[in-house]
Amino acid sequence: MYRQKHLFLLPGLLVLVAIIIFPLLFTIRVSFSSWDVFQPGLDWIGGENYGRLLEDARYWGALGRLLVMAVGTVLIQYVLGFALALLVWGDLRARRFFRVLFLVPMMTTPVVMSVIWRTVFHESIGPLNGILQAVGLHGLPWLSEPTLAFISVMMVEIWQWTPFMFLLLLAGLVSLPREPYLAAKIDGAGPIRTFFAVTFPAMAGISIAAILIRLIEASKIMESVYVMTSGGPGTATETSSYYIYIRGLRDFQLGYASSLSVTYLVIMIISLTIIAKVLVRFFVKDRT
Amino acid sequence: MRKQTLFRSLQVATATSALALAAGMASAEDYTRFGIEEDVPGMCSYESIDAKDYSGRELTIITHAIPVIGEPTKLHAEQFAELTGAEVEVVHVPFGDLFQRIMIPFQTGQDAYDVLFYASLWVGDFNPYLATVPEEYQNASGMQGLTDTTRDVGMWGGEMKQYIMDGDRHYLKFREDIFSDPEMQARFEEETGRELTVPETWEEYNEVARVFTGWDWDGDGEANYGSAEVVKRDDLMFSAFISRAAPYAKHPEVEGGFFFDLETMEPLINNPGWVRGLELFVDAQEAFPPGGTNFGLGDEIFSFGGGETLMSYSWDDALIQAQQEDSPIRNDVNTAMLPGAREVWNRETGEWDTFEEPNRAAYITWGWTSAVSEASQNKDMAFDYLCFFANEANTKHDLQIGRFGVNPYRADHFDAEFWAGELGWDPDMAAQYVETLQSIDGYDNRVFDLRVPGVGQFMTSLAAGVAEAVAGQSTPQEALDGVAEEWTQIVERIGPDRVREAYANVVELEDAR
Repeated sequence: MYRQKHLFLLPGLLVLVAIIIFPLLFTIRVSFSSWDVFQPGLDWIGGENYGRLLEDARYWGALGRLLVMAVGTVLIQYVLGFALALLVWGDLRARRFFRVLFLVPMMTTPVVMSVIWRTVFHESIGPLNGILQAVGLHGLPWLSEPTLAFISVMMVEIWQWTPFMFLLLLAGLVSLPREPYLAAKIDGAGPIRTFFAVTFPAMAGISIAAILIRLIEASKIMESVYVMTSGGPGTATETSSYYIYIRGLRDFQLGYASSLSVTYLVIMIISLTIIAKVLVRFFVKDRT
Repeated sequence: MRKQTLFRSLQVATATSALALAAGMASAEDYTRFGIEEDVPGMCSYESIDAKDYSGRELTIITHAIPVIGEPTKLHAEQFAELTGAEVEVVHVPFGDLFQRIMIPFQTGQDAYDVLFYASLWVGDFNPYLATVPEEYQNASGMQGLTDTTRDVGMWGGEMKQYIMDGDRHYLKFREDIFSDPEMQARFEEETGRELTVPETWEEYNEVARVFTGWDWDGDGEANYGSAEVVKRDDLMFSAFISRAAPYAKHPEVEGGFFFDLETMEPLINNPGWVRGLELFVDAQEAFPPGGTNFGLGDEIFSFGGGETLMSYSWDDALIQAQQEDSPIRNDVNTAMLPGAREVWNRETGEWDTFEEPNRAAYITWGWTSAVSEASQNKDMAFDYLCFFANEANTKHDLQIGRFGVNPYRADHFDAEFWAGELGWDPDMAAQYVETLQSIDGYDNRVFDLRVPGVGQFMTSLAAGVAEAVAGQSTPQEALDGVAEEWTQIVERIGPDRVREAYANVVELEDAR
């Protein structure tokens, strides 16, 4: 009976092995080979690829940019998402309409939206510079100046994914109990104090989950970079995912790209674990 | 006896007449329903292909996304299927995925595709997996009409591995109406102290571009600019840079390699000639339209083709765009060979040599091409398809549709009357266009793409270095030193002998004249 019980786990385990464990193990194996455009197949070169990536300044630069971009966009998304959720949670007219409206960016295809945003940022024919000029300002080199290009990519990410934050936080707000608010009202607390003393601490769990989910997603920023800037100007917007894509699928250095991916995965697991602990400590401390 | 003879004669005459009639009827088959004006007889004609029966067989083709090359691939595949009864599947792939979609089946020994359409510079990687074009197809009338240069693009190690169906080269495009306008000429002379002429060197190009930047020289109420170039990283920018650097680094009397020294396989990419080219590329930015440093090929096409910029250089597309029937600048444009250099780096002497007549370097860059997989079980049908794709009637049709991406590659395409007659181009402009193409094709000092294993890695590295210099993240010398270092590492990884063996094919073509 005990053995038969475990047989029921088999289909799930087989699926897990097929779609997660095998590709992961295969990638690790490829990372120890020199599989390249001129060297097909799985030979064994030990840690040569890992040694090479330690000296790859472009990889580490891309990782640094990704860190800034991911943390920056997620924090802004959190603040905006929370603000919008509070707005819709409150007694707002036509709030159902706004709830749907705020979700539209998230429901659009990232590549398509990146193409549209590239047009918006286009310095000659794009509407953004047109608006700036119409109000007497100069147009800006949105995609051809390194810092502005970096900010432009961040803006698109924030626009696209703030709704996700909004959705999760709104779900959290809706599920909050009413009693603490009644008590706060009786105690004479105003809206700001109520927010910091009641709402924000009560939302700690959902906030940590939302931030972590978005950080995991944001660490894979690719479509907007690919479409809007191709990693340029220079390497100003090149992120880890885009760099791995270039090495793996453009240059066809499959062995080396696998080592970049495995390293990236390890760094992400460690970083996100640390970030999760820091967030828990921050919110829990805030609660106490 | 006489009656018998007469009777037999009548029988023979009748039979002959019947055969002649049948033959006449066959040749009179109307193939214009396929959108061509007239079938051109030959082994790849509609009539010849119609006579083949591939019923019950399947042909799989991988090609670029629609429209560029993808659309004619699909069109001719449908026609081929209708004529032969074959079942033809066409797989369209975006450019960024095309290389790996072809390479992975090659490396894993799969017979995934019979026919392949791809960028000709990948031959250094693909050649071990490609079938040689059979002799009978090389003798087909269409193939016999190839120019020497386009034929060279199809060759690898003395064998024809690529079935030529396109011809590409970089050349200069400019606004003839502005260059010939006395008012513009006077303004230019006033600002620079010299006559306004079509640029003969890249220094002149930058100067003309700078003067015609930031003001409305075409009177449409919008500011215009001097130059549109492909500068976006990983968007064929490496071709634009090579066009600019080639006349400074490709000395007509120095043989043995342009990208590498063939003997030592030491990269030449950071020598003073290349650095000079990059310095001028960086300087050119001041004459770009807003956002010009992020221009991909599509932006360049629409900037020049839409009348925003005075000059541009790349493939035919921007010219074809400018010459569309609804274009406001139709027949106001013209062409010339790429600008050259009066000072050329001589890597043998380690000095700059001065030239009275600017040194030019005809850059035979890229070009779509096609091939049949060595692993294909349908080579006969695959070569028939390519032969049909590139037959004279189809090519004449495809050349007239800009979005198809098929550009002149046979001697008979260099006929001004075709462009003036069929497409309504101004006769003088058409004559100049044809002369430009012929000059490039016949030019002695030629540069080909780096067709070696791992070409993608070399070009990605070059594009990244150039992009850094353009963005001001490093100086041109620093950027190209970095590229040279990376190229050395790539050569070491692939194996110097292996790269040398492949690169010798390129050098042989460049030094042949």
